[in-house]
Amino acid sequence: MLDSGNNIAHALAWNMLKQDPLSDRKTEDQACRRLIHSIAKNLDREAFAELFDIFTPRLKSFMMRKGAPPEMAEDLVQETMISVWRKAGLYDPQKGPVLTWIFTIARNLRIDRIRKESTVPFSALGDYDAPSDDMGGDEIVSRKQDAQNVARALANIPLEQKEVLVLAFVEDISQSEIAARLKLPLGTVKSRMRLAYARLRKSLENNH
Amino acid sequence: MTINHHLDPATIMAHAAGTLDEALSIVVATHLAMCGHCRAAVHRAEMLGGEILNTLEGSPVSDGCRSKTLGMIGTATLHRFPQKPRKGSSLPRPLRSLLADKELQDVAWKKKAPGLALYDLPVSKSSRGKLFLMKIGAGRAMPEHGHGGEELTLILSGAYNDSLGRFGVGDIADLDEEFEHQPVVEQGSECICLVATVKPARFKSWPARLLQPFIGI
Repeated sequence: MLDSGNNIAHALAWNMLKQDPLSDRKTEDQACRRLIHSIAKNLDREAFAELFDIFTPRLKSFMMRKGAPPEMAEDLVQETMISVWRKAGLYDPQKGPVLTWIFTIARNLRIDRIRKESTVPFSALGDYDAPSDDMGGDEIVSRKQDAQNVARALANIPLEQKEVLVLAFVEDISQSEIAARLKLPLGTVKSRMRLAYARLRKSLENNH
Repeated sequence: MTINHHLDPATIMAHAAGTLDEALSIVVATHLAMCGHCRAAVHRAEMLGGEILNTLEGSPVSDGCRSKTLGMIGTATLHRFPQKPRKGSSLPRPLRSLLADKELQDVAWKKKAPGLALYDLPVSKSSRGKLFLMKIGAGRAMPEHGHGGEELTLILSGAYNDSLGRFGVGDIADLDEEFEHQPVVEQGSECICLVATVKPARFKSWPARLLQPFIGI
């Protein structure tokens, strides 16, 4: 019998397989961008409520990893959405989909909850909003980096690579722990990560 | 600044997922502050993270959570402008707060061996890693060591050469655990690196191994 973490990862990976990769993710993202814009410009509470209903069920699932109790998960969901409200004016459409932005906020809050006594909060490390010291040419997000192409990239990633992605991005498990859990050499987990990244990069560079 | 040695995509993915040990993620963040190439890579991985989040089966939040959150936004202060980087330090942002705005030369270096000084940086208790600054004298060789665990080395000043080439300011050594190398610092100036290790590196030669507990890396 597989342990529960494994079952969760498999269920999630299968759920991804069922997803229709051709659903119009770009239109969905544009709708979210309008909501964010309206919050930033008009302090639009209705737009916020709409965003809340769109994102919080998935955010709650994201926060419930490693057996976190529902109250703690809801607490983190609330913190994430308050941040979305407060930082709406900082969302930069050039930096990609709304979902990416919300993911980084949620991830940072989740990590900082774990590393409460941390000397440098992750939100200060992985700060999506902070200006960079140097603006490299690579940093400009090409038009191909839209939600539709990211969705397509994920749909095309083989299941065994998706499995390690879900364990890392959702279950918050390090690569060496993933290796132990799946009884694979660490090198195999790393190479699956590299292959998934290579495919992602290719999809974002070429229009299919 | 031309950066030639970048992060391994597996490390990019772990950083974007937030699963890297804190000590390693601080070195990654410091490199990212200097390297647009790797920032773009992390951004791609974060886009994937968002998309994975999107595929999760949702669990509805309670009505209490919803009404409480909608009630709280009335009083929440808004962030209008990104924080401006603090002036007065030449160091990449993530390092500045760790060094309390001191310059590299001004930290309390601890001499460990001729041509080798270390300065330990704090990490939280949840970290299994060690984070430190390492200063190696001009022309000096590092003791040969195999990597017993994860290790990241970011060059902050000076340069060294090993079998992979030249590592100058901004370059990061993100190497497989099995990789053996023997960096030699260039003549002319010392080399200062930011290093994170998750398990202590094992030195290969006996004299160096005997030195290891003393050096503490």
